Amino acid sequence: MRDYSADFAVPLLDPGAAVPPGVVGGTRRFGVYRNNVVVGLVEALADAYPIVRTLVGEEFFRAAARLFVLDNPPKSPVMLDYGVGFAEFLEDFEPAERLTYLADVARIERAALDAYHAADAEPLAIATLAAIDPDRLEAVRLVPHPAARVLATRHGAAAVWRAHTDPGSAGPVRAEGDADLVIVRPDADVAAHVLPAGALILFAMLAEGNTLGMAAAAADEVAGFDLQAALVALFAAGAFAAIAET
Amino acid sequence: MSRTTPRRTASSGALRPVPARAGIGLKGPHVAEIVATAPDLGFFEVHAENYMGAGGPPHRWLEAVAARYALSVHGVGMNIGAPGPLDRAHLQRLKTVVERYRPGLVSEHLAWSSHGEAFYNDLLPLPLNETTLCAVTDHVREVEDVLGRRILIENPSTYVAFDATAMPEVEFLGRLAEATGCGLLLDVNNAYVSATNHGFDADDYIDTFPVEHVGEIHIAGHAPDIDDAGRPLLVDAHDRAVAEAVWTLLGRTLARTGPLPVLIERDNDVPPLAALLAEAARADLAIVTATAGRPALQGGAEDARLFG
Amino acid sequence: MPSLKTPLSAALIAAAVVGAAAATIPSAHAAEKEKCFGIALSGQNDCAAGPGTTCAGTSTRDYQGNAWKLVPAGTCTTIELPEGRMGSLEPLTRDLPG
Repeated sequence: MRDYSADFAVPLLDPGAAVPPGVVGGTRRFGVYRNNVVVGLVEALADAYPIVRTLVGEEFFRAAARLFVLDNPPKSPVMLDYGVGFAEFLEDFEPAERLTYLADVARIERAALDAYHAADAEPLAIATLAAIDPDRLEAVRLVPHPAARVLATRHGAAAVWRAHTDPGSAGPVRAEGDADLVIVRPDADVAAHVLPAGALILFAMLAEGNTLGMAAAAADEVAGFDLQAALVALFAAGAFAAIAET
Repeated sequence: MSRTTPRRTASSGALRPVPARAGIGLKGPHVAEIVATAPDLGFFEVHAENYMGAGGPPHRWLEAVAARYALSVHGVGMNIGAPGPLDRAHLQRLKTVVERYRPGLVSEHLAWSSHGEAFYNDLLPLPLNETTLCAVTDHVREVEDVLGRRILIENPSTYVAFDATAMPEVEFLGRLAEATGCGLLLDVNNAYVSATNHGFDADDYIDTFPVEHVGEIHIAGHAPDIDDAGRPLLVDAHDRAVAEAVWTLLGRTLARTGPLPVLIERDNDVPPLAALLAEAARADLAIVTATAGRPALQGGAEDARLFG
Repeated sequence: MPSLKTPLSAALIAAAVVGAAAATIPSAHAAEKEKCFGIALSGQNDCAAGPGTTCAGTSTRDYQGNAWKLVPAGTCTTIELPEGRMGSLEPLTRDLPG
């Protein structure tokens, strides 16, 4: 017997393709499946990127999402992860070219969604770090909080995103400026905090398993880096979960 | 959200059997109201795949609901109807969810949803014949072996037929249940939708369904359309109230099966909780009315028993 | 400026950690006041878990036009771009795969 799933799957994402061989019922009946798949995946993207959708409007979003979906079906039955790569798709999507902030807004939404579903953990208090013998601090490695991720955003994306998440923020948004963000979920709620200079590098280096001394040295390459300010920002956000065993 | 988000609590570990009563699907917009008001319902059903994230609020909510209600875990991504081997990593994920929540019922579909690397997030159809029965039997056995418990397999809504189909769906499902010991989830709306789409008699389908294996019933709303030939084509859209014809068919079904858990499925255009509670109350009445004086053929409690 | 291979001095790090620990307590209030971008503040995102699976079909029709022209309708039109214009989208008139 032919592999019915191979025959059936190919035309699902190819709107011009014929009804597969051996399938009885005609175009409209097969079209129910095609429609379920495409509309269902477009709606999945809409659920993952509600602010991008609000920004560009329903019609534009659906048209763009549809193009993404046809080329990028999910690779796992766990739909919580679907839509990775949508930001990169938007970055190259000509009709949205002038919305320079759009791809970074999508990146923030992705990070927030991933943080939402990340493992739960108590954030590490800075007092725990401060209690370590000062001579050993340089060699300490920190375990990032499972929900924490950092993002360098450009073109005012952070402000645009904020304007759509905080009902208290009113007035026009100017799509300008860079901001390093840390996205966290220390308990139930996802939050994003703007980081001071170099804190993004500090976190990224620590997350890769480097010592505090090495991470601080790398971050110190960034103009305006202040280790104390960076630690305050990251620890206040809840970006770490533990001190790694050495 | 913080104010009403329950703190993470350790799972009680207790397995709560799903009673022969009406239940509803657990939907995000309803969770806070459910936790706050504790409506009188037999059980809640969730899609397994939506609880395969590592942590976060969805698990907290489900733990809060599971502490108070019986739970049914309904998988949609196990790809049981595919010709190829199961995705073992996904089966382990399902096992993790089942071990975490110890639901009274676990179910999957007579359908496939993945091919190659792609997952289509839809329940896709298969030809019904000796070859596919063999493959599906192996898949159901593997799932039951790994989970260490009985699962229910649901009859699908279908919109097309296959030249390669050689046996009726009721026969396929009956033989699958006999061969594997699995139970069946009889979706009465799916029976009605498929009967309309393929021109068979829904009453006959219910009358010949192997009801001795049924452990749960689903009902839902469907959307009307027409096919290329202008004939009625129903879509299993779960986007509106249950149709009167399906309520009638539910009564016929319950008269055969005896009292069983009945789920109101609503996945699109989800209304306020009260609307679903009203449908659940009607289903509770149907369970009592149609099965008055009849013992349960086999309730959810049966399925709650673990394998050896 | 130290290179990647030269860790900051132990004394510098210790001072920063102690300073940060001291600074974090009074800054808790400031952090709260800032409110940052808490998703729960939006209301619309409460309980939003992102995409989920479906076991239902849909009655919504997939839009399959061969060529379409998009009119910006979202909130991007209220966002001021650096060049002083509002962020309208380019109409898309070229053929796209249906």
